[in-house]
Formats: sequence, structure tokens, C-alpha cells
Amino acid sequence: MAEPFVLIPGRTSRQGCGISAGKFSAEYLDETSVVQLASTDMKRLGLTSGDVVKLSSADGQVELAVRAATGDELPPGVLFIAYGDLSSRLMGADTHGSGMPTSKGLDVMLEVVTRSPPGQAGSTPRGTKGAPPG
Amino acid sequence: MSTALLKIAGGTVYDPANGIDGQVRDVWVADGKIVSPPTDPDIRPTRQLDARGLVVMPGGIDMHCHIAGPKVNIARKMRPEEKRGAAPIRRTRLTHSGTLGSVPSTFTTGYLYAGLGYTTAFDAAVPPLLARHAHEEFADTPCLDKGLYVLMGNNHYVMQSIQRREPDKLQAFVGWLLGASKGLAPKLVNPGGVEVWKHRPAGNVRGIDDQVDYFDVTPRQIIRAMAEAADALRLPHPVHIHCNNLGLPGNWTTTLETMKALDGHRGHVTHIQFHSYGGGAGDEDTFHSKVAELADYHATHDNLTIDVGQVLFGETTSMTGDGPLGYYLHKIYGGKWFSSDTEMESGCGITPIKYRNKSLVHALQWAIGLEWYLMVQDPWRVVMSTDHPNGGSFLAYPQIVRLLMDRSYRHEVLKTCHPQVLKRSRLADLDREYSLYEIAIITRAGPARILGLTHKGHLAPGADADITIYTPNENKETMFALPRVVIKSGTVIVEEGEIRATPLGKTLHVQPEYDVEIEADIRTWFEKYYTIRFRNYPVSDAYLHDSQTIPCGT
Amino acid sequence: MKIVEDATCTFCGCVCDDITLKVENQRIVEANKACVLGKAWFLNHQIEDRPSCLIDGKPAPLDEGYERAASILCEAKYPIIYGLSDSPCEAQRVAVSLADWIGANVDSTTSVCHGPSGMALQGVGEVTCTLGEVANRADLVMFWGSNPAESHPRHFTRYSLMPKGMFVPNGRKDRTCVVVDVRRTKSVKAADLFFQIPPRKDFEAIWCLRALAADVALDADQVERDTGIPLARWQDLMQRMKSARFGVIFFGMGLTMTRGKHCNTEALLALVRDMNAHTRFVVKPNRGHGNVTGADNVVTWRTGYPFGVNLARGYPRFNPGEYTTSDTLARGEADAALIVSADPMSNLAQAARAHLASIPYVALDPKETPTTRAAAVAFTVAAYGIQTGGTVYRLDDVPIALRPALDSPHPSDQTVLEGIERCVRQRKGIGEFA
Repeated sequence: MAEPFVLIPGRTSRQGCGISAGKFSAEYLDETSVVQLASTDMKRLGLTSGDVVKLSSADGQVELAVRAATGDELPPGVLFIAYGDLSSRLMGADTHGSGMPTSKGLDVMLEVVTRSPPGQAGSTPRGTKGAPPG
Repeated sequence: MSTALLKIAGGTVYDPANGIDGQVRDVWVADGKIVSPPTDPDIRPTRQLDARGLVVMPGGIDMHCHIAGPKVNIARKMRPEEKRGAAPIRRTRLTHSGTLGSVPSTFTTGYLYAGLGYTTAFDAAVPPLLARHAHEEFADTPCLDKGLYVLMGNNHYVMQSIQRREPDKLQAFVGWLLGASKGLAPKLVNPGGVEVWKHRPAGNVRGIDDQVDYFDVTPRQIIRAMAEAADALRLPHPVHIHCNNLGLPGNWTTTLETMKALDGHRGHVTHIQFHSYGGGAGDEDTFHSKVAELADYHATHDNLTIDVGQVLFGETTSMTGDGPLGYYLHKIYGGKWFSSDTEMESGCGITPIKYRNKSLVHALQWAIGLEWYLMVQDPWRVVMSTDHPNGGSFLAYPQIVRLLMDRSYRHEVLKTCHPQVLKRSRLADLDREYSLYEIAIITRAGPARILGLTHKGHLAPGADADITIYTPNENKETMFALPRVVIKSGTVIVEEGEIRATPLGKTLHVQPEYDVEIEADIRTWFEKYYTIRFRNYPVSDAYLHDSQTIPCGT
Repeated sequence: MKIVEDATCTFCGCVCDDITLKVENQRIVEANKACVLGKAWFLNHQIEDRPSCLIDGKPAPLDEGYERAASILCEAKYPIIYGLSDSPCEAQRVAVSLADWIGANVDSTTSVCHGPSGMALQGVGEVTCTLGEVANRADLVMFWGSNPAESHPRHFTRYSLMPKGMFVPNGRKDRTCVVVDVRRTKSVKAADLFFQIPPRKDFEAIWCLRALAADVALDADQVERDTGIPLARWQDLMQRMKSARFGVIFFGMGLTMTRGKHCNTEALLALVRDMNAHTRFVVKPNRGHGNVTGADNVVTWRTGYPFGVNLARGYPRFNPGEYTTSDTLARGEADAALIVSADPMSNLAQAARAHLASIPYVALDPKETPTTRAAAVAFTVAAYGIQTGGTVYRLDDVPIALRPALDSPHPSDQTVLEGIERCVRQRKGIGEFA
């Protein structure tokens, strides 16, 4: 069952360091293929770090591993992902005459794909699947 | 190329620096310089330009304009709307494309100045921290020799040295700073006033004896100390001063006090038109001309030189190192407003402005500029300028020539102005018409002399071969708008309005001698509060491509 | 072993020029004073063991690469040039020349970064300063939609919060720090006050402050509905802003990339302008890349416009949304591209990326990226500030000369672009003196 969230892609230091390590480095790919949720949302959805969710926007969909945001960094209903290939797939190309595609505050539907049984931490596969809407 | 010899034959030459007033004579050029005619009659020129019936002058020198650097570039960026309707500047096989409006792009600026027969120009106000930017833009501004004046009137080390009564340190600092920024001359813009602006909303000084926050110095002290330092360093061009209180009714007294504050030291008062107003402080209804009073003082004090800062009707952009002035103009006209304070050094303000002939104040400004030209008897001490683009574009210089040489045209334009102008200025009574000789002085020979450029502004052997050839025309605006031929450093760069070559030109700058022991003190001060490293501050020679050091002490 | 002092880091817009580099065996092994991003930047850019030139994925001599690149660009009807923000000005200037000769679009990554801030400046102007003014005077420091703790790690220490300035002698103690954001980012740890607004409500929040600055009465319920924050908190903030001696707002992608875009930035620039009736107040975009500010400056001085410039008719035209790269790619208009040290294949929307993959393009980059992998001609170039020099502009438009620490067998951006330009000029019959 899909739930609406607002996605904020943004910079992180690890993503920045990853750029220098290289766009194909594990550091960069790992950091940019994880989506963060508020712990309250994680609990409510029965998710633990490493579980996989599917995010769908009007422009694309991706599957990613999840991680709980540190402390209260994220309010409920808001997701965060470090800029990269996966966040770009969810972004539309319409710039509203400004040259800037809407890159933050994206409406997405979140669907749980794999959920670890209670008491077991999930593995942390790198989310790699993404496809434009069919 | 070293054997090439160019002869400009039979032109009517105006070379006031050498006393030549409309004589028919030949001009010979070799290796980028004017040379004496060959004594051997068998030596023939490799190229001959037939200049019979044509007017020959040295290339024009714009000694005060804003053409390169951070505030000029922000002004370009800020005014896309001006460029849409302007004539497109297309690329050709020889030239880059560009844009116009009141702040043309760099290549376009070079080409257009060349098109008017100008071969040298100086950006009048660059913060030393950002001088590298101006030099980068110079490298993309062809066809001109150029240089820049370095903002110092609100510099913290300058004010600190004055406060502590350390003229030796001030003198060394000025010498060091000019060398570090590869500049030609020290510039004072609203001395002390910009520092006050940094401290308080709408902050400014109101008179030259106001105290500047924190430093507790006055504009008068800054002006005096800087003029003294410039003379002690024997700089080719002295302090170049944009007085406090620009644009305000009643500001003529500030200008007079500024001139007096120089106390006999050399000083150049720039765009003096904006500083020649009588009237009540802040009261537009009493606004009137005080040129006569100021011109009298100027006439009897030959340590002073001036450029006019002519206003022309139409839309332009005001851009100035005078931060609070930018705010003031924004409040009056309500236009978009850019302001930037540069740490430790200076400020800037940019806002669009439209001068209207039906506005009493604007029409008076226009008239006051013309009064200056017409009332100063000695053309060697008054220079043509519009403070481009503040009063108007440099493209309007031919219009100014016509206004000065043709009194009936002048009166025609005067008639279209607000009727009160007739009462508040003397322009209607001034019948004087400039001669070509005098035009050659105020646009060539005079600025060269005032800037200390002995190799420019004249046509004697040894001078740079910067030459403009005009086709005489009854309508002087037409004559000066479209030279027949323009020669830069011996190369024909413009012929009948078309660009033939785009040499990059040289940067002209000074490297004064100063007490290097004081650098340690400068460095200590610098590293305390600047946000870049001392070692990364000076502009290296790598930015200069071709350059010439103008000697001090001549 | 070699030490390079006063070296400049070009990873982010802070352009810190006080880095001391230690070089051993052709590698930078230490970058003293560099932040975590800077260290990663310096230590990871070694000599790439890749060919300097690849044509269709196979190694080729540079001259062949220049020829092939020139033919791709000259044969196109709508070529675009994009990137530029990680190249020095000397290279950017060549890129603009190229665009002129082939009638291309020239656009930098500004268009997907602070382009909307530039558009706002064109609308209302901007009241700003160099970073030293902030360090020396600012007693109220605000961050809106910007997270320097992660994007500009030395921002607080070098420029905005910690420095003991001339008029802020006690450093942090003399300052109040305010963060406005939709997330409690790491920057909030440095803040005295945090305003957490809902996503996509920045416009409303800024206009609330604009109203308060102008003493316009507001409906408290509506304010709380729109901004998620009680009116009283905004009123308190405005009171602090009005009574600051020197206030500054730094802002970032949180404003430019979300709903509102240039309307958000215009509102913020107008707010700061209005604040100057009460006290000294300035605003500053936190530019992200080492020389995106340089790209703005170079493109502006040469064309009159900062980004999204079209030269197809032989002269510059400007229209964000029409000539900007995300648009010319996503709408399938560009039929060839030259990508200079940028990675649109990672960072643009899918429609733009899919189209870029379908057209021939040339890419320059110090490292291998998704963009270089799919390029018809890929050049491995020296990394600026590390293996090659030049001029860069800090986020506050201060120009600094680079001090590279290493040599590289690979050509610089400037060399490659000049090589391509030579071939283009030959094809177009354009002389050397232009």
C-alpha cells in the first residue's frame, strides 16, 4: 500500500567526498542510493535499516534501501536522499520557464518492497532498479 | 613588420601638445610609433594613406569610464532588459559577438571605442581585492590600451595610518597597493563616506569635516593625506577624487572645500558636474548651478584638473564605488538596486537611471556640464567625460562635441528642456564654440598630460602611433561618430566603420618605489582581518599580457 | 617531497586559499586546513591512469579527438555547451569563444543551481558584500535552505560564525545564528534559533517576514497554517533582524530548487533590500562549486548574460527555460553537446539524460563519470587547482589564482578547448586575431 511523502534530495559530506572518490566508487554509490525516513515513520511502517522501498514520482520510480534519519533530523512525512542518479530519476524535467527542474520537495509514493522480520536487521543492498513510468 | 613604414599624407593635423593647429602635414609611422620623416628621399613608405582634406588627430583618451571589473559586470548581468531592444552585435570573421545597452560586453566595448577613434581608456574605480577581475576583463577588451584607478578613500589601512599620524606608512602603502593591483592612480570615492555606510543604515558623511566611525578621521584628512602621499611618490597622475555629497543640492561647497583641502597638492576632481550644485540641502526646488564660483577657483589654482561628467538625456545605468549614493538614487527613482561592500576597502552601488529633458533637475545637470566646458578658459585643465555610463554612454561623445562646437544646436536642445533651466543656469548666455584644436585638447592632449602619459595624446616622433582620421562634416556629431580610419600602435584597426584588426593593447600601470620595510606592517594588518591570504592578494604579471610601466617622478 | 602553501581548494564555493599541501611521489598526501570535502578533493585527484582522449570508447591521439569534436559541433544544428563550473576562467573564456564560432548555447551549471538567484538579481538587484564584511561585522547570521555543515564545512569557522572580527571581537559569542529549513540539518547544531518550515512553504515564510519588515498586519492563523510557525516567532525574528547591527542571510538550494524557485529568491533579495531601511543587512547565495561564480562572470562579461545564452543567430540572446540546458535536452532540441567538467548524466532529469545519451557529445573531466562513459569523444583533463592553474572566483566574487601542486600528463581544460577551437576556426574560416 503506497503512501505519499515529500522527498528532499540534498548534499551530504559523504556524497561530496564520494564525488572526489569517483562517481563509480562504493562510497558515492552507497551514499546516493539510500533514502532516509524519520524514525516515527520507520516504526509506523515496520521498517528497519536496510529494508527496501519503492519510490514513485510522476516522472520515475526507484527502489532503494532505507535508513532511519539521525534523531529528529526529519519530520514525519518527509524523506531525504543524497543527490545522485537515483534522486535524478524521480525528478521531472519541467523547469517552469526558469531553467531549474524542481529538484526538492518532490511528491512521491512510498511502497515497502522488502521488510525484515521483527528483530532482524536488513542487509544493505544498494538500490539500483529504476525505470520511468510505463 | 619592422621595415614597414606608413605615411599619412597631406592631412590637416591637430596636435595641440606640439602646437599644431590645423596644419597640412604628413605623419610617419613605423614599429608602432610616430617617427620623423625619412631624410633619405629614396626611402618610400610601404603604405600610404591619402589624408588630403581629412582631419588627423591623436587617438582619443577616455580618462574616466567604467568598463571592466566587478561592478561593471554586475551591471551587465542586472540589465538584460536593455539588451533585448538594442542593436545586435553579431560575430564576424574578425570579431566576437556581444551586447549593447548602457553597459556593453567586453569585446563590444573595445570595438565601439575603436569605432569612435578612441585608443586608450581607464576604468575609474576598482577595489584592489578585486583588481584581478578587472585585468581579466581587460584581456577581453581589444583595440584599447587601458588601465585602472585603485579605490583607496575608504581603505582601512589608509584611514588607520592617517588616524595614527603615520604619513610614511601611508605613502609606502599607496606605493605598495598600486603595484599590487597593477593600477595607474589612487582613487578616492566619497572618502570616508562609504565606511560610514558600512556602519549604519543610510550612513554617509555630510561634509568633509564629519568624523568617520571607528577611525575618527575626516574626509578632509583623507583627501589631504592621500594627495600628499601621491605627490611624495611622484605619481604620474595624482589623487583622482569623486567628492563627498555627489548629486545633492548645495554640494558645491563640499567641492570647494575639497579643492581647498588639497592645500596646493595636485588633485583631479572627477565628474565635477555632479558636484556643482547650489541650493538648499535636500531641496530640489532651489537646485541651481554654481559652476561660475567653482570655475573661478579652478582657474586660479593650477594644481587642479577636472573632467566634466556630462549628463545626456536617455536611459542609462548609474554605477559607482559610492555605496550610499547607490542607495540614495534607488530611494529617489525606485529602480532595482545592487550594493556590495568590499571588505577593508570600498563599496559600490548600481541602479538604472533615466535622464529626462523635461525634468528640471536633469536638464540642469545637462546644462551644468556644458557650462563647465564653456566657462573654463583653459582647455588643458578640463577633460571630456560622461563618467560612462553614469551620465551617459561613451557612444554619446560625438554628441557632446557637436554641443560644444555648434551653439545653434546647443540652443535647439536647450529649448526642449524644462523652461526653468534658463533661469537657473547661464547656458543660454554662453556663446562660445569650441574649435577642433580645443576638442583635440579635451579628448586627447589634455588627458594624456593629466595622466602623465608622455607617449600618448600627441603626434611627435616617439609617441605611440594611435591616430584617428576624420572626414570633416558640418555636423560635428556625424564627423566624430564615424572616423574614416583609426590606427592603433601603427596598425589600421578601423576603416570606414569596419573593424580591420583587433590587437589586444597594453595595460598601463605604475610601480612606485616605496619603503619595503613597511610591508611587514601591512602584512600583519592584512592577515588579521582579510579573508584571503596576503600572498594571494597581489595581481601577478601573468594577468597583464602586454603592459607598460609608466614612470613616476617625471 | 614538496610543500605548497597558500593553495586554493576548489571543491566548494568557499574557495579556501590557505591550504598547505604535502606532495610525495606525485600524490598529495596531506591537505592541511582543508575540510573533509577538501581533503577528499586533494587526496583523490591523482594522475588518472586513463588515456587523455577516447573516441567512441577507444584511445586516440589528442589531435584526432579535437578534429572529431570539432566535426560533431560544427555539423550540429543546435549544439550546446554546458558545465564550466569546475574549470578555471581561462578555460571558460575559450568555451564562450567556441560557442560564438559555432552558434551554440552556452550554459553553466548555474542554471540548475543558483540560476534562479541570478534571475532574482535581474529583477530586484541585491544588497551584498564580500565574506570579510560578514566576518568583521555580522552579529546576526541566518541560513535559509542552506546546510553549510555539509556543503561548505569551513563556512562557519572561516567566514560566518566563528571569526573574531574587527567589530565582532568575541566571535561566536557576539553573534546570533538562525537556521530556516525543512529538516533539522547538521547546521542546526550551530544555530541559536531554528525555524522548521514545511517543505514548499519558503515563499510564504519569506513574504511573512517582508510584511513584518513593512509593519503590515498579518492574520496569525493564516501565518501558522502557511508556515507551520506561530506568528509570534516570526515577529520575534523580525525584531532581532531590525535590531541587529549587521545582518546577513546566506541561502542555498533549499530556495532555488523547490516550489517557487526564482520567486523565492526574489522575495528574499527584496526582503534584505527592505531591511536596509532599518539596519545594515546583506544577502549571499552559497554557491556550490569552485568556479561557478567564475562562469557567471566570464559568460556575463563576454555575452552580457550570465547563463542560458544562445548564440545561434550570431549574437547573444538570453532566456531561462528556453536556452538552459535541462530544457534544451529534455525537449530534445540539442543535437550535439560539449560538456565541460560537469556530470549531467548523473544530475539532470531522466528525459534530459535520455536525450543526451541519444546525441553525439564531447566530454571533458578529470575523472570517469557516467557522462564521460557515454561520450563520443571523452578527454581526461588535469584537475584545476591540483594539476593545473588558472583563476577562480569565490562565492562572493573574489578572484583568486590557483597554486597547483602536481603536473599531469593530461591536458588542461583550456588546452583541450583551444585544440577544439583551432579545428573549428579552420572549418569556419575564422582568423587567428579574433
